[in-house]
Amino acid sequence: MKNARGKGIGLGLTAWLAGILFFLPIAWMALTSFHSEEDAATNPPSLAAPLTLDGYRDFFGTGGGASPWPSLINSTVASLASTLLVLVLALPAAYALSLRPVKKWTDVLFFFLSTKMLPVVAGLLPIYLFAKNTGLLDNIWLLVLLYTSMNLPIAVWMMQSFLAEVPRPVVEAAQIDGARLPTILTRVVAPIALPGIAATSLICFIFSWNELLFARVLTGVVAQTAPVFLTGFITSQGLFLAKVCAASLVISLPVLAAGFAAQDKLVQGLSLGAVK
Amino acid sequence: MTATANTPTVRHTRVPTPKTASPSNRLRAWATRAPLLPALIFMIAVTQLPFVATLVISFFDWNALYPDARSFTGFGNYSEVLTDPDLRKSVLTTILLTATVVLASLVLGLGLALLLNRRFKGRGLVRTLLIAPFLLVPVAAALLWKHVLYNPEYGLFNGLLHWVGGDSAAQPDWISDTPLLAIEASLVWQWTPFMMLILLAGLQSRDSELIEAARMDGASNWQVFRHLTLPHLRRYLELGALLGSIYIVQNFDAVFTLTSGGLGTANLPYTVYQSFYQAHENGLASAAGVLVVIGSIIIATFALRVVSSLFREEVSR
Repeated sequence: MKNARGKGIGLGLTAWLAGILFFLPIAWMALTSFHSEEDAATNPPSLAAPLTLDGYRDFFGTGGGASPWPSLINSTVASLASTLLVLVLALPAAYALSLRPVKKWTDVLFFFLSTKMLPVVAGLLPIYLFAKNTGLLDNIWLLVLLYTSMNLPIAVWMMQSFLAEVPRPVVEAAQIDGARLPTILTRVVAPIALPGIAATSLICFIFSWNELLFARVLTGVVAQTAPVFLTGFITSQGLFLAKVCAASLVISLPVLAAGFAAQDKLVQGLSLGAVK
Repeated sequence: MTATANTPTVRHTRVPTPKTASPSNRLRAWATRAPLLPALIFMIAVTQLPFVATLVISFFDWNALYPDARSFTGFGNYSEVLTDPDLRKSVLTTILLTATVVLASLVLGLGLALLLNRRFKGRGLVRTLLIAPFLLVPVAAALLWKHVLYNPEYGLFNGLLHWVGGDSAAQPDWISDTPLLAIEASLVWQWTPFMMLILLAGLQSRDSELIEAARMDGASNWQVFRHLTLPHLRRYLELGALLGSIYIVQNFDAVFTLTSGGLGTANLPYTVYQSFYQAHENGLASAAGVLVVIGSIIIATFALRVVSSLFREEVSR
């Protein structure tokens, strides 16, 4: 009995050790972001170096260099607008699909998922040429459309599984009372499926915020997003290590905060609602 | 509960076939279908049309720097892509990168999920610490590995070696010495938490009574794992492998940030990006893109079968 308890404590400690090991790079990055550039670039690393906000001041442009604000605003606009558009398109589609779980409808569902398996590079060149010829290059709204297409299949799948849990008699009662689709969706279905809809929105937001390939190819100066701004640090060879760390953390902050707040929903959503 | 959930499915399959449907029935069928159409049309317009265009361009010899020299070349681009040693290598790199990262993060994720499935002090906090790598913006994570960890002069890895081994400690240049492994390690770090989360959800949906009964019958930990846990987890392992593959096959951020495709690390997405964005070879890039799609269809055919079995269980539940 005593032996089993000892083993339990040992496994608990192993879990703690694994957690700390996985988190260590991020913790180290956070510490480095508060060091001066000289202290950040020492070997062996100095734990006791004085803390400073210089890295963050440099990042926000008060210490010279390009301001990250336009890119942060672009990312916010692109992520929020595309999430909204995904919801407007996916909610009715998922509603129709969840009401009819028969053969033909699963085919439609699979079509949505299969578009997710079509690699981004398969359509990138025509989209680039189209944007170039229509003057939509470096336009944030083109990204909004593309991010919507990127997230719509996932959203339809997730919401389909969430909406399938709405009790059918409730919907049927509303139909008998003569309610039309928009009313049913907003008054009956949405309140019940709200946690699922929130999870869907969160995941669409995260994927849009993180996206690099489309943004890199299709934006330039005006519509640059935060990940594209970060690529400016790729070749800096660590000359501004504290600044790189501060930038990476600030730009990751919305995703980190949202993800921590909704850990369970995140799994359910990422596994397309298949894992409950 | 099961009975009520099943009733509508049964009823729908008994509805008379549309052949005898009256106009009002047909109208109703369209009314239920209509909410689907905006999403369907949007997806076809934004994903399928560009792919058709890619397909068309792939049959042309077309360099964007010489737009007048555009000519039909049939399968010329394809044979060039398939015989080009660099491109063939990027196919291999893609397969290797995807397989290594998915397998390693699945195994590590399984270990972590089993550890976290037990009760211990601070379990919630440990889970939060473990999830963090998955939540970092991918470019930020790649920058972290490139500058903060791998850097030969002041990276954390060499700093630790310095600490442990003193001034004579080896100071390897991780990215130059083992470029592909460097990318794989950073991706395994990012994807292990994802696998862990899915497998943990799987573990928590196990039938605890069944396990208790097996233990009463004297089954050892290993026997329970081998004959009860692992078969139960199979679907979750498949799901993790499928979703992980979809995203890692398409990985661009890590390859672009850590090595810019150099040192033999260019995967297909990076190669396609480079051949049209930098080399302006529109025809070649499109042919390579089409080949990526064919490869994905092969994976997807298998993968969709997995998901459809998951889905069928969902419907019949």
